[in-house]
Amino acid sequence: MNALAQADVRSRTLDALVAIRPRMTVIADDEGLKPFETDAYIAHRETPMLAVLPDDEEQVRAIVKACRSLGVPVVSRGAGTGISGGAIPHPEGVLLVLSKMKRIEGVDALARTATVQPGVRNLLVSETVAHLGLFYAPDPSSQSICSIGGNVAENSGGVHCLKYGLTTHNLMAVRAVDADGDVIEAGGLALDAPGYDLLALLTGSEGNLGVITRVTVRLLALPQRTETLLAAFPSVRAAAEAVGEIIGAGIIPAALEMMDRIVIEACERFMAMGFPAGAEALLLAEVDGGTEEAGEALAAVRSILERCGASEVRVAATAAERDRLWKARKGAFTALATILPDYYTIDGTIPRRCLPDVLDEIARLSAEYGMTVGNVFHAGDGNIHPCIFYDANKPGELERSEEFGGRILELCVAVGGTITGEHGVGIEKLRQMCVQFRAPELAAFHDVKRAFDPDGILNPGKAVPTLKRCAEWGGMHVRAGRIPHAGIPRF
Amino acid sequence: MDSTFIAELCERVRDHSARKAPLCIRGGGSKDFYGEDFRGEALDMAAYSGIVAYEPKELVVTVRAGTRLAELEDVLLAERQMLAFEPPHFGDAATIGGAVAAGLSGPRRPYAGSARDFVLGTRIVNGKGEDLSFGGRVIKNVAGYDVSRLMTGALGTLGVITEISFKVLPRPALESTLAFEMGEEEATTQANRWAGLPLPVSATAWQEGRLRVRLSGAATAVQAAKAKMGGEEIDAGGYWADLREQRLAFFSEAQPLWRLSVPQTAAPIPTGHAQLIEWGGGVRWVSAALDPGALRASVERAGGHATLFRGADKSAGVFHPLKPALLKIHRRLKDAFDPSGILNPGRMYDLEKVVSGTT
Repeated sequence: MNALAQADVRSRTLDALVAIRPRMTVIADDEGLKPFETDAYIAHRETPMLAVLPDDEEQVRAIVKACRSLGVPVVSRGAGTGISGGAIPHPEGVLLVLSKMKRIEGVDALARTATVQPGVRNLLVSETVAHLGLFYAPDPSSQSICSIGGNVAENSGGVHCLKYGLTTHNLMAVRAVDADGDVIEAGGLALDAPGYDLLALLTGSEGNLGVITRVTVRLLALPQRTETLLAAFPSVRAAAEAVGEIIGAGIIPAALEMMDRIVIEACERFMAMGFPAGAEALLLAEVDGGTEEAGEALAAVRSILERCGASEVRVAATAAERDRLWKARKGAFTALATILPDYYTIDGTIPRRCLPDVLDEIARLSAEYGMTVGNVFHAGDGNIHPCIFYDANKPGELERSEEFGGRILELCVAVGGTITGEHGVGIEKLRQMCVQFRAPELAAFHDVKRAFDPDGILNPGKAVPTLKRCAEWGGMHVRAGRIPHAGIPRF
Repeated sequence: MDSTFIAELCERVRDHSARKAPLCIRGGGSKDFYGEDFRGEALDMAAYSGIVAYEPKELVVTVRAGTRLAELEDVLLAERQMLAFEPPHFGDAATIGGAVAAGLSGPRRPYAGSARDFVLGTRIVNGKGEDLSFGGRVIKNVAGYDVSRLMTGALGTLGVITEISFKVLPRPALESTLAFEMGEEEATTQANRWAGLPLPVSATAWQEGRLRVRLSGAATAVQAAKAKMGGEEIDAGGYWADLREQRLAFFSEAQPLWRLSVPQTAAPIPTGHAQLIEWGGGVRWVSAALDPGALRASVERAGGHATLFRGADKSAGVFHPLKPALLKIHRRLKDAFDPSGILNPGRMYDLEKVVSGTT
């Protein structure tokens, strides 16, 4: 589009948005747009053509209809904490910011549901219902600031997914506005809804299928007792073995987190945790439930950890001690920043039994690229978060870190895993989508999108790559027989 | 044999697509009663059977669609694991593909999750004869739209399911059943109160003034819960399996069977007939020839939907009518996956025509 035509579209869009009643905040000046130029995928920035902050669903419908008729892209944004670039603005589009729709519409204690607007913060839900003995399970690390609408769009996870599931497992209903401006009511207050499972389809659709305007979440009973253990292991393999043994014994821990030596040492320097010297892996395990259930699981987990060769096992005796054990895990990313100022976090998932081999291969790649990698991961569900360290001030380092990260994701696919366990594709992993999926599958995704968004105005260019781009990248299809990392067992 | 089977399946679907000749996808035929009447040439999936991969310590199993459900459950049982959504069989021939296509879940559903909650990935052949894989064999996966869960409960109208990966769970160490004498409203309220407490409740059912509650979990947890909840411990015998399989006397086949899916805390839905209430109030069964329009209106007011689960007269539609915006999306999705409209046409709704926007 030439500059003149672009200016014309901008002014017509601005006219259409300011004409919507009741009035809402429309941002058109460069200074006002600046804070919206990126989400938490800070390596990339775009200034939106315009930004709009609706107060209700009717305004959302009007915005979408106006943009549709003008052929203007609409990018939804919650709190902007996504780390795959899903909410990075479109330079010729409207950024639809849902942060003003932040009311908790209702809590039904007996039915164990909370109905909230999309801009409500994740943690606020659990805080609001705690006095009822209830909580909202998905707890992404950004839970104090991220929004429920964003969580639904990304199908966010957290540290308790093995037992409590992802966002998709904790929803009752979602209202969304499709590209026609129609309100789609997916799911409901009953335990199932007639027809296709559109609730599943909308969850994790990264703003491509609709603008989420209301969410009813399922609340769970707060556990009566929570026990936290921290075990040090002389090798990653031994720690991974212990994870398999725990699950094989029929125990589903609320959390099972692992950290490798690089991370342990960073935590030690940063927080002086007093970990045993020479530990190659730390395993943080949490079991919860009724008093008796948690007690029984604690004893079983402790005995397995010891049998599997843990050099030290600590059990938190008080809530304060539990917080201290968690501090190493939750503070890991901050501690890692002491190694080098910049790092790039990867989000692959692998079958858990491949963990030691995958870590070996990551270490080999680390040597090849000459870049340090620290590994923090949700060991219970095989979701790995290798952190690649780089110095953004050195030319080419960012690009090399991204290339390295891409190779780790391709490794995850090669062993039967996936390129994203909980962070989403956004713009970050478009290229790896060409590795995980073949052309007819990507075409099917585009067909699904067209069902909700015939003209492709909702968050275009995110989440699913075009077949053309995959062809340009020379998409590497592991299932086509050219398998990378031939030394890794795969399934 | 697997690659040959899939290749021939793709070829057959392409041929039918070119001729616009309907196919009726069939596993064991145990759920032929469910859904709208079917038509078309039978596409038998029972031959495509077997466990593809099972790693108990990963909590993941991958299985071919034609595998008998009972066979899969035996394999899991040997490792003290289970399909936690407790799918109904409705006959020995029931296949896992049919169970996922029907999307039905058993008594454990409100407490453990539904069929779609445990589906991690599916391999399907769409209506264009393309062999596609979605999701995966790992527990956490957000790459691409969640087409695997979309296939669950789609009654084969969007694709022929050929393989499915599930998350499985350990079997509870102990199960025990308590019985309480109470009325309908009291039972529903009590079941919901318990669900809001950290108790190992895994099923509830109320009928004829009696609430049965199943507890499942570690032995100490079940014992402690019994002490807290009171009631009378009973030998449930095969009650929960009979409930799931609709073998209880309540499920007489003489009358149409309606399934009312409503919010768990919904007030009683008067129908003038006895009801069996499970899922903590979330599903209410009634076996009677009721006026579909009036019944659906009252269930909709309660925030739910009504399905004619079994019944010969399907003229008022088996499934609750969809609102226009939802119907629009259903038709477009059907057209996206099956543009010739050959896969189980009409089995769920009349979707074989495409409409543009409703606004």
